[in-house]
Amino acid sequence: MKKLGHQDPTWLKGLIHALLIAACLVTIYPILRIVTISLRPGDRLMSTSLAIIPPDATLANYKAALLDHDFLLWIWNSFVITIATAFIGLTLASTSAYAISRWKFPGRNSMLIFLLGTQMIPAAMLMVPLYMLAAKLGLINTYRGLVIAYSVSSVPFSIWILKGFYDSIPTTLEEAAMIDGASRMYTFIKIILPLTTPALAIAFLFNFMNSWNEFMLARIMLPKPGMFTWPLGLQSLQGQYTTLWGIYSASSIMLSIPVIILFLYSSKWLVSGLTAGSVKG
Amino acid sequence: MSSQVVLTSLGQVGGTILWMFLGFALIELIIWIFGKKVLRNNNTLVAMLVLPAIIGLSLLLIFPLIYEVLLAFSNMNLFHFRNPDYSLKIGLENFIRVFSKPILKTQTFFPVLLRTFLWTSQVFVHASFGMLLAMLLNRPGLKFKNIYRAILILPWAMPQVISALAWRSEFNFGYGFPNIILNRIGLEGIQWKADPIWNFLAMIMTNIWLGIPFMMVIALGGLQSISNEYYEAAHMDGASGWTKFTNITLPLMKPVLAPSVMLGIIWTFNNFNIPYFINEMKLETSEILVTALFRAAFNFNQYGFAAAFAIIIFALLFSITLLYVKWTGALKGVTD
Repeated sequence: MKKLGHQDPTWLKGLIHALLIAACLVTIYPILRIVTISLRPGDRLMSTSLAIIPPDATLANYKAALLDHDFLLWIWNSFVITIATAFIGLTLASTSAYAISRWKFPGRNSMLIFLLGTQMIPAAMLMVPLYMLAAKLGLINTYRGLVIAYSVSSVPFSIWILKGFYDSIPTTLEEAAMIDGASRMYTFIKIILPLTTPALAIAFLFNFMNSWNEFMLARIMLPKPGMFTWPLGLQSLQGQYTTLWGIYSASSIMLSIPVIILFLYSSKWLVSGLTAGSVKG
Repeated sequence: MSSQVVLTSLGQVGGTILWMFLGFALIELIIWIFGKKVLRNNNTLVAMLVLPAIIGLSLLLIFPLIYEVLLAFSNMNLFHFRNPDYSLKIGLENFIRVFSKPILKTQTFFPVLLRTFLWTSQVFVHASFGMLLAMLLNRPGLKFKNIYRAILILPWAMPQVISALAWRSEFNFGYGFPNIILNRIGLEGIQWKADPIWNFLAMIMTNIWLGIPFMMVIALGGLQSISNEYYEAAHMDGASGWTKFTNITLPLMKPVLAPSVMLGIIWTFNNFNIPYFINEMKLETSEILVTALFRAAFNFNQYGFAAAFAIIIFALLFSITLLYVKWTGALKGVTD
């Protein structure tokens, strides 16, 4: 694609690398600081050293997070809620997106605008009514409340991503299957869904990350420490007790690594999903 | 963490999924009978595919919204929690109060609004830096491109709560790295948490750090889709780098950047985590509209008033977005 003849001159190359390296340093330094603090022994948390690996590095904070604190319980709470919501959300989004992509039904355009409009509602605005509803229905301090609330929250965005993918699959595939006598639903489940597995994975990941990282709603729906999801747990660690800084950092690192790996692995598709409709010719 | 906990949670979540599944099955059955047998409508299958999501969204978004409007016409607060009064007069008073009296303890509406605009305008910094980094990464034959990209994307990949809390501790006066660096080069440390202006700047710095990667990735995707032929043709005609940028790159990038900037504006305007966490001392001078709303509702328990406040915020964001869409045509390709 790119012609080698158009290489930049050496000085420009040097400048570009210098700029990029500077940007990378600014980006990664605050993250490395979390690693640094997580490796410090408990009595040296208050330190003005800027070394990335402390000379007396220890894994004690990791051990303490896993054994002495409710870290595993928080992860478990988050995990149960998130997996359930991601599956429900994906089911709802994949079927709707397919209908929107394939049929020009009345009300289709207003539905697309409606989906976009939902993105504009400030989450803080829904908190009071959702809290009242949850209180009336007895859903405070239950997994149930959050599963129901989260399950549809990322449906609009998932529909947008999936619609873009369905649009890119030619309709001739379904027409051929239908000539052979297959029903519409059979075609969708047996032919279209397997073809869009990467898109489904992205939408699933997106649903997953949204609920996995959610803080505000969880904060008001789950006041009981035993029900905490990990963002609530982490915040409670950071509270007033600066001594728990190390344990907080260790937990953060353990939580971030799987998420970052998943994200980097899938970011290529994520971007093509986001830009699918907009880049033309 | 015990087996008891695991069993309870699995039972509860499993039960919820089962109930939701049964509910949706019932809805599908009703649509099917009604559409196919009664109306004999060709679009029955479409309705069956679309309606579960619409019903779910309506229950969780539209229903609370209607309830919110009702609340705005009530005097619900801590003292009138069980039996609030609803009336048009109370509603009007609520709406007038948003503009006439402090929305928190001391801050009134318009300073908070102005601050929210300042806060939201950082999206243009995200977009410019994102675009700049994307253009650097898109140079032909750049070495280590994937490594740079993977590092630069990290703030987006990190769970937001973690980065927000990490930045918050780094703004500690004695032990956070910004102040340590300032001290090393012989300057005074900054009161990131106590000083109103520095606290607001700390919020913005954190959010810029978080916001650039999204724009960079989107811009990179767009840049890669621009055909090299345009640049070669311009090169033949002797166009300078700047001319190429303003006449080829920017116009072709507009359809990619305009919707992303719109999303960025909506997300930043509605961003709760960063202002909430970085403002550890709850300075009222660092509140933006959505955090002020949260505090009015959950710290001061003024539910009726907060509902009126929320409706004003929503109307505001909605009109800004409409103006933006009109102005840039950001949604032209949407309904294709």
